[in-house]
Amino acid sequence: MYPNEFRYTREHEWVSIDGDTATVGITDHAQDQLGDVVFVELPQLGVRTQSMQSFGTVESVKAVSDVYSPLTGQVTEVNETLVDAPEKLNESPHGDGWLIKLQIEDRTEIETLMTAEAYQAYIDAEKES
Amino acid sequence: MIRKVRSHQTQNEPLLFERSSPGKKGYQLPPLDVPSVAPAEALGVANVRREIEGFPEVSEVEIIRHFTRLSTWNYAIDLGLYPLGSCTMKYNPRLNEFVARIEGLAQAHPYQPEELAQGAMRVQVQLEQYLRETTGMDEVTLQPAAGAHGEQTGILLIRAYLEAQGDARRKVLIPDSAHGTNPATAAIAGYEVEEIKSNDQGMIDLEALERAVDDSVAALMVTNPNTVGIFEKDIAKVAEILHERGAQLYMDGANMNALVGIARPGDFGVDVMHLNLHKTFSTPHGGGGPGAGPVAVKKHLAPHLPVPRIEESNGTLRYCYDRELSIGRVRAYFGNFGVLVRALAYILAHGGDGLRNATIDAVLNANYIRKGIGDRYELPYTAPSMHECVFSDDRQARSGVRTGDIAKRLIDYGFHPYTVSFPLIVRGALMIEPTETESKQELDLFIDALRSIADEVESDPELVRSAPHTTRTKRVDETRAARRPVLHWKAPVEEKQAAD
Repeated sequence: MYPNEFRYTREHEWVSIDGDTATVGITDHAQDQLGDVVFVELPQLGVRTQSMQSFGTVESVKAVSDVYSPLTGQVTEVNETLVDAPEKLNESPHGDGWLIKLQIEDRTEIETLMTAEAYQAYIDAEKES
Repeated sequence: MIRKVRSHQTQNEPLLFERSSPGKKGYQLPPLDVPSVAPAEALGVANVRREIEGFPEVSEVEIIRHFTRLSTWNYAIDLGLYPLGSCTMKYNPRLNEFVARIEGLAQAHPYQPEELAQGAMRVQVQLEQYLRETTGMDEVTLQPAAGAHGEQTGILLIRAYLEAQGDARRKVLIPDSAHGTNPATAAIAGYEVEEIKSNDQGMIDLEALERAVDDSVAALMVTNPNTVGIFEKDIAKVAEILHERGAQLYMDGANMNALVGIARPGDFGVDVMHLNLHKTFSTPHGGGGPGAGPVAVKKHLAPHLPVPRIEESNGTLRYCYDRELSIGRVRAYFGNFGVLVRALAYILAHGGDGLRNATIDAVLNANYIRKGIGDRYELPYTAPSMHECVFSDDRQARSGVRTGDIAKRLIDYGFHPYTVSFPLIVRGALMIEPTETESKQELDLFIDALRSIADEVESDPELVRSAPHTTRTKRVDETRAARRPVLHWKAPVEEKQAAD
């Protein structure tokens, strides 16, 4: 379910690392909890996100939620296609539904994130509580 | 079995546009007694409005029936239980309406000279006094027009107070169970918002709070009882933790219906709070209200209250604007005066004992429902419920039925839905607040309806998933409506082509 090459946050974002570029999105569990996403608010290009600070919002039929950046870095790309097709977040949260790309500043932050296995255990525990 | 009358929801109604036939008129004018003039010639083409395409043409009786039928579609507290949790949809006694229509109050004008407005001013002074007494606070402003406006006023007061001490500080702490208006208020007032996680009993985690409070924290905004309907029993300790570091305690008074006459926020350490007169004090709610969100403060915040304040000397009241540290007006004139009158009527009609009884009945009714359906729906937090109870759809979700589906099915049973999917800390929340005004018979009907729906979830989940079935309009596609809203009517294309 959760790709092994990704890293995960406790706020249910994933990050995929390719060289100095990090791609960020929300997890399948997050989209399932939110329900049908109707609107996505993304940052401007060039904005610097801080690790675990909100960089945008996702609005579903149920609620508006902040999305947190797994890493610190400058936003180099945002997924413009989500403006007209927010349903991609539900249909392909780990693929076409990605949110932003970042220029990684501090690689040590990656170590603080969860592996796929740890994330799976984290949401299993959450479900039981 | 469905036992409530639902005639108000069965006949559908076309749009006036769809009723239109060319040449019909809803009016009749006398023949011209002056020469006719072409407007475009007299005023210039640019100043004359073009014909509006597709403008409906209907007769008088068609218009009357259209709007009269629409007016019967409302679900209202006057039709039955309105269990929207957190909203306190209580009955508005007719006495309030009678008092609000007394000529001297209904016809009062904000620019009336003070000596001719003493009665209207006395209403404000008296209401302030009763609200001080109810909350245990020192001073009250009646200006804010609703709850969120009260929140904003309250946080601006805290900001002004801290600024006067030399540092407005940077952050406002808000529990994860809070109303969404709380973080919005803090952000609008220029503060960063930091979330405080709830513990496994649905209450503020004191250790997490202690870690979070430092000299950068201006205030904690807390709702008590909180949005899970649980009294924050450590509230005095919470206040202490904040006060030790010079931070303030703001209380969102949305849930005061559980406290009036029993406990006073001023006694458990609150520095500033708002009240929703349209919730707790039975003034109209919904349909635009209007609301009223008075703010009550402790002495140290009072110098910053909005002007004017009312002062009395030798039995004469006057408006006083001379407050150097005031944050200024937050609303034109004196708040929603008609609403203030109704709230005062409610307070005077009940008296202290009556208000206390209303609180006890509100809590009793919520617990009656909790007990009545508690074996069929999951209760995530088991601490005693106050004026509302919050269930989760966990059990029903196993059959693929979610809280939104159960709410839609409840419409078939003749009830307004409960609050759906809030608070967010409960998965698939069903948030139910009956208020004190419901009889045992009405509560039993509601409990029967929810029990019956729980049976249906097991025997025929699709019936619930596809509800409502008895309404004019069946299940609407909410997702599509939000993603691609159609905001105005367009003439159907094929008809136009046929006519061409």
